[in-house]
Amino acid sequence: MTATTATGITRPVNWNKLEDSIDLEVWNRLTSNFWLPEKVPMSNDIPSWATLRPEEQKLTMHVFTGLTLLDTIQGTVGALSLIPDALTAHEEAVYTNISFMESVHAKSYSSIFSTLCSTDEIEEAFRWSEENPYLQKKAEIVLGYYRGDDPLKRKVASTLLESFLFYSGFYLPMYWSSRAKLTNTGDLIRLIIRDEAIHGYYIGYKFQKQMEMETQERRDELKAYTYDLLLELYENEIKYTADLYDPLGLTEDVKHFLHYNANKALMNLGFDPLFPKEVSEVSPAILSALSPNADENHDFFSGSGSSYVIGKHEATEDDDWDF
Amino acid sequence: MLEIVYFSNVSENTKRFVEKLGIPNHRIPLYPTDEHLQVSKPFVLISPTYGLGDDETSVPKQVIRFLNDPVNRSFLKAVIGAGNTNFGEKYCRASEVIARKTGVPLIYKFELLGTPDDVATVKEKMELLWKLQ
Repeated sequence: MTATTATGITRPVNWNKLEDSIDLEVWNRLTSNFWLPEKVPMSNDIPSWATLRPEEQKLTMHVFTGLTLLDTIQGTVGALSLIPDALTAHEEAVYTNISFMESVHAKSYSSIFSTLCSTDEIEEAFRWSEENPYLQKKAEIVLGYYRGDDPLKRKVASTLLESFLFYSGFYLPMYWSSRAKLTNTGDLIRLIIRDEAIHGYYIGYKFQKQMEMETQERRDELKAYTYDLLLELYENEIKYTADLYDPLGLTEDVKHFLHYNANKALMNLGFDPLFPKEVSEVSPAILSALSPNADENHDFFSGSGSSYVIGKHEATEDDDWDF
Repeated sequence: MLEIVYFSNVSENTKRFVEKLGIPNHRIPLYPTDEHLQVSKPFVLISPTYGLGDDETSVPKQVIRFLNDPVNRSFLKAVIGAGNTNFGEKYCRASEVIARKTGVPLIYKFELLGTPDDVATVKEKMELLWKLQ
């Protein structure tokens, strides 16, 4: 799908004529979730940052440059690479939103850094991200498919990035949040986690739509490819995780979180989960950090709380609930 | 056995979960022009969460329409929520709203298509609920 069809006619996108209702649903959801890092009061985390040991600070910065790298890839290559194969004009528009939000996510880590760290520390962390072999391999594998010529494989790689690869990084701010540390950073990360869920759902859904048009043989091939790619990324992810989290003794707990999210990535693509319950149960502390109770979490004085929402209002008709 | 009534949009995540249960089920119609669904046996409702996840918009309109029928409401025994923990406190919000508004228990929550363990647990809960009827 491109604006110009094979017959040479250029078509404007008509939002009053939908071919797939999910396009509008997701567009509305994404635009209502719009946020900017400048609106989260990061400076409230300065005292908490000072309580972290130097190696914990370094780990946090490394994790965030790793996440920045993934967001950069998804914002400038990944989401855009999906546009040429979109099935509808509205789908193209949704990818432009996803692409932009990934750039917002990438920038938000810099916003955290500039609040909490020195220029030298920031330089060191970015240098680390360029030199860490596992992080670079992760980028290389995904970029290989983004630049490849198979549109369905691009969608699989994209969904695995959105729904699986981010989570070795997301673990740490949730861990800090569960210990009441860096809570504003935690709020910002939760906004990112919310966005990634919609991205993974949508790209995975579009993958399934395209799969419906393929032969059984090709479907089998793509299914095998998905599990192979997941395992290839998983092997690398385990090494990346150990490299980061071994010093804090958290690697095993992170692995559970990875298995849990790998299963969700597969489900977003319409496939069965791979990892059994025993190894994919997330520790209760991390689960509750993911899902804080708004009332309890909201700290009026520090301005913390995941209740950052703009423009959420839609009236229901009276008779909607006229039981 | 209690029946299942569920809502699933065109991405059909919830539908696929329901199919794995092997329990008699009815799908709530997607479009306003579709024929209204009215049930005549006790059932458990499975609903995903849509919209912005707040109380006003989380319950799909189609589910609201279905529950506005007093006959349907009289057969409702419990609710199960489908969602994604990525949405944090909004996870499965729709099922919480429905349980509160209708006064029936929310018996389970699962994510996306549900894992084999989710399927087994929901089957067990459905049997238990039937024995308690």
